[in-house]
Amino acid sequence: MAKKLPLVDYLVIDDGEPYLVANTCTHCGARYFDRRNACGKCGQTSFERSSLSSVGSVRAFTIVTRAAKGVPTPYVSAIVDLEGGGVVKANLIDVPPDPDKIVMGMPVRLKTFVAGTDDDGTEAVAFGYAPA
Amino acid sequence: MSDAVWILGASMTKFGRYPEKDVIDLATEAALSALGDGGVTMQDMDVLAVGNIGESSAMVAQRLQKQIGQTGIPAYNTANACATGATAVRIAYLSILAGEADMALVVGVEKMGKAGLLGAANKARSDRNEFTPSGRYGSIMGVEGILGTGLMPGVFAQAGMEYAHANSGVGFEQFAKVAEKNHSHSTLNPLAQYQKAFSLEEIMRSELIAYPNTLLMCCPTGDGAAGVVLVSDAKLKSLDPDQRRRAVKISASVLTSDPWTESAQVQPDVNTLTRQAADQAYEKAGVGPKDLDLVELHDCFATAELIHYDNLRLCEPGGAGAFIDERGPWRDGTTPVNVSGGLISKGHPLGATGVANLYEVATHLRGEAGDRQIEGAQVGLTHVIGLGSACAIHILERRAA
Ligand SMILES: [Zn+2]
Repeated sequence: MAKKLPLVDYLVIDDGEPYLVANTCTHCGARYFDRRNACGKCGQTSFERSSLSSVGSVRAFTIVTRAAKGVPTPYVSAIVDLEGGGVVKANLIDVPPDPDKIVMGMPVRLKTFVAGTDDDGTEAVAFGYAPA
Repeated sequence: MSDAVWILGASMTKFGRYPEKDVIDLATEAALSALGDGGVTMQDMDVLAVGNIGESSAMVAQRLQKQIGQTGIPAYNTANACATGATAVRIAYLSILAGEADMALVVGVEKMGKAGLLGAANKARSDRNEFTPSGRYGSIMGVEGILGTGLMPGVFAQAGMEYAHANSGVGFEQFAKVAEKNHSHSTLNPLAQYQKAFSLEEIMRSELIAYPNTLLMCCPTGDGAAGVVLVSDAKLKSLDPDQRRRAVKISASVLTSDPWTESAQVQPDVNTLTRQAADQAYEKAGVGPKDLDLVELHDCFATAELIHYDNLRLCEPGGAGAFIDERGPWRDGTTPVNVSGGLISKGHPLGATGVANLYEVATHLRGEAGDRQIEGAQVGLTHVIGLGSACAIHILERRAA
């Protein structure tokens, strides 16, 4: 079987069902996906990894039809509010790129897919959100 | 400490494409026009601030001085995304308030050519492709188009859709109406990059870039420059009656950055810092949104302009859709917005924008805006936002100096 790596380090794919993790400030609870120096909300420097829900609802979307070079179009970009907290940006998948078919606030669930393969055959596993 | 700062001179080049000119040519044109408009010379200036993004590490202010006057004064180079020009204005303003300068020259300039879409494009990392985590997200390949979009049209599209989701009466047609208005306004502005009206249907049917923003709802790239000469209250009193008569008061100059919000961790929040800047500016100037005779706000995309009606409190809370439906921001409406044509049609040479909007409002307050004059304009507001983010707001007033 091909070796798999997550597209980004906040996607966990080797612990059962895939899920996202956040660097969470132990002082104020602010969540971050990036490597942190300190908390942008409260300034403290202590963090713990916490897992996020894989279900949420669409807070905003756009259908991108003219994109950067090498990016296939059209695709649907969305901001998703996760159940129990956390906000994430990703593509909506398994939906047609048609504004009449995407309902604001609609429930979605995290789903992974292979986004690319390197010269060693390692697969990049990405995530998107599909209608729940 | 001086109690007020005034605009003594103002200028802008026509926005457009100048393949034969460089950044210094454009900056010189704006600088000399602004100095001439104010009836002063480079020798009268105590400080120079220049806003430019494309050559921000290459001493544009000093290169400009070497063409128009090397007097040894402090020269500042600023870069603050689309708020770059306004940030340069604010540096000059603060130098005067601090008592270090009586007069200041500010120039905003940009030469973009046909730069295309701005934002985060995916870059090839090397010849041999071997996935290796890098950067703050430990990504193994470019994420643009896989984990959503970070390109400007899409970012502002999502901001508009979020507003549409939270408030009734906002949809594709309302966003398109914003562009219809700005294209129409630009037909009266000889300095605009484009001066062509489009029907609502033409706008809605033009090429889709990032729903709901179509091509005619996106600002173009372009070249241009703008300049202002600022003067202290005390110094202005010593100048000729004609110079004093045309001076425009800066009643508020505010700059904000992003306060922490959760959603801004994944998508820039252009609302919170704009609202905070607006509230501070209104309080400082002692005027309210109802007092404004015209507003030049940051319509990089039609979706952006619509949400800023609400952020700047030009409409009832949640009422931006009704505001455009009732033609409130048209030049004959309750609060004319972007009578210059806005970024969508006047153009958006990044570093020039935050100075050019001061030129526009000042020109109306002086009663010198020609065909596009808003009659009897007394108070105006300028707003820019640079993603990342920086928001600058200036409130200008026509006052007897
Ligand atoms: Zn914290």
